[in-house]
Amino acid sequence: MIRVLYFGWVRELIGADGEEVAADAPVTLDALRAALMARSHGHAEALGVPARLRYAVNQAIKGPEAEAKAGDEVAIFPPVTGGCGR
Amino acid sequence: MIRVAIGPQDFDPGAELAALGGMAGAGAVASFIGHVRGDGGLTALTLEHYPGMTEAACRRIAEEAAGRWPLLGLTVIHRFGRLEPGARIVLAAAVSTHRGAALEAVQFLMDWLKTEAPFWKREEFLDGGARWVEPRQSDADAARRWQT
Repeated sequence: MIRVLYFGWVRELIGADGEEVAADAPVTLDALRAALMARSHGHAEALGVPARLRYAVNQAIKGPEAEAKAGDEVAIFPPVTGGCGR
Repeated sequence: MIRVAIGPQDFDPGAELAALGGMAGAGAVASFIGHVRGDGGLTALTLEHYPGMTEAACRRIAEEAAGRWPLLGLTVIHRFGRLEPGARIVLAAAVSTHRGAALEAVQFLMDWLKTEAPFWKREEFLDGGARWVEPRQSDADAARRWQT
């Protein structure tokens, strides 16, 4: 299983901190995102615009073409906002 | 010596700065403290973090600062959780023998914390509304000055 974690408005729209995904073979983060969209309307809304999302695999930032495999921790989140944004 | 503390609790700026100033050879202590601003009708700011990754990322940037400047000590404290206007959020402080290194290291840390640190902020307002903060271009521009 891949452990997927959500943060920010991604977490809020999906309505969960995280969930598990079966993974018999390595999968790209973008493919994982697309597959997760099917789980609920909230998932589709949160994960539907790739340009708005960022990823980490085992707590290291990765691009959408990077791969994850069983046993990995994947996080999907909006761009970070340590700044004040206004 | 590097101190990085990520947590919900408030911190004591005076004690943190005194600790840095007390280090052998200390000639210059520089610092930045960030507070929640209450303008625009903001009633609360909630900072979300990625347990594990946020701490590791902050530690990595502190180590990078210690590698780039001759520092005797470096402290990064960042809170998470729901904070109200006026609350302290972040402390970045450095001690060196001379002021240039200490001041630049603090500026470097703050520029990174504002652009790359794994936090997500949500604002609540007087009218009951709430919104997630979006990244700001001026922060990204400021951080670029440190690229080598």
